[in-house]
Amino acid sequence: MNESLFTSFITPTMMGIPIVVLIIMFPSILFPSPSRLVNNRLVSIQQWLVRLTSKQMLSIHNHKGQTWALMLMSLILFIGSTNLLGLLPHSFTPTTQLSMNLGMAIPLWTGTVAIGLRYKTKASLAHFLPQGTPFPLIPMLVIIETISLFIQPMALAVRLTANITAGHLLIHLIGGATLALTSISTITALITFTILVLLTILEFAVALIQAYVFTLLVSLYLHDNT
Amino acid sequence: MLIPVKEKKLMDVKLGELPSWILMRDFTPKGIAGAFQRGYYRYYNKYVNVKRGGVAGISMVLAAYVLFNYCRCYKELKHERLRKYH
Repeated sequence: MNESLFTSFITPTMMGIPIVVLIIMFPSILFPSPSRLVNNRLVSIQQWLVRLTSKQMLSIHNHKGQTWALMLMSLILFIGSTNLLGLLPHSFTPTTQLSMNLGMAIPLWTGTVAIGLRYKTKASLAHFLPQGTPFPLIPMLVIIETISLFIQPMALAVRLTANITAGHLLIHLIGGATLALTSISTITALITFTILVLLTILEFAVALIQAYVFTLLVSLYLHDNT
Repeated sequence: MLIPVKEKKLMDVKLGELPSWILMRDFTPKGIAGAFQRGYYRYYNKYVNVKRGGVAGISMVLAAYVLFNYCRCYKELKHERLRKYH
């Protein structure tokens, strides 16, 4: 059982060809680009969603921060669609791989820090020392703030990986338990099945929430630094 | 009127001419990319880019995606069938 539990997380290669690239590029097919003023229903729904999300997410930024609008919106669309597609049976979710989440988190976080250091050097360095700390505590607090700064990209990546992986594993385990219990006692199987249904609803929510949280935190780091 | 084999559509090609018709198709990367693009737009314009498109447009794509992933994992899934002897 151990081996079969984790086989859904290995990078898919078919006859030696890494088709994981195709799977990562697949969600882009589901977002056609709008070509007219009034588009078909799919594109209109997506446009409405993107407008709603971008208005809410970019309202806190000033002009300089709002240049990141494209990046943040494509980030939330990518993570959201990849997570939701991972809930289909037998599919592979790229966001379960820590390597990919690190590849998303580290450049974005470095970008926000670099912007802060370049344009507002004094203010971004001043983040290391909260206001009103007593004088003897200053060295220790600077060290703590530095560590908490450098942990930000790691936390972003690991949070996304752990949440999605844990959710998928739970679904696998509880689904397997339900199947095994049907031959032993039907009532327990029904209870387990109810748990499975609730868990799937949770996973839908988690898929979207994780995308939102990732993007929100990147935007927060950006806000600190612009 | 004699149309050369090169320009006939697939339905007009006679069975004996099929190998030569297949061989004359454009297998360069640009040709393959063009084939994918034509196929994509054919599906898109038929099922999605219509005035009153429904859920069928994307659900067919998602069903094909599920099927593709099933075929990919078949080797491991074979062992989980409910059989007495595997």
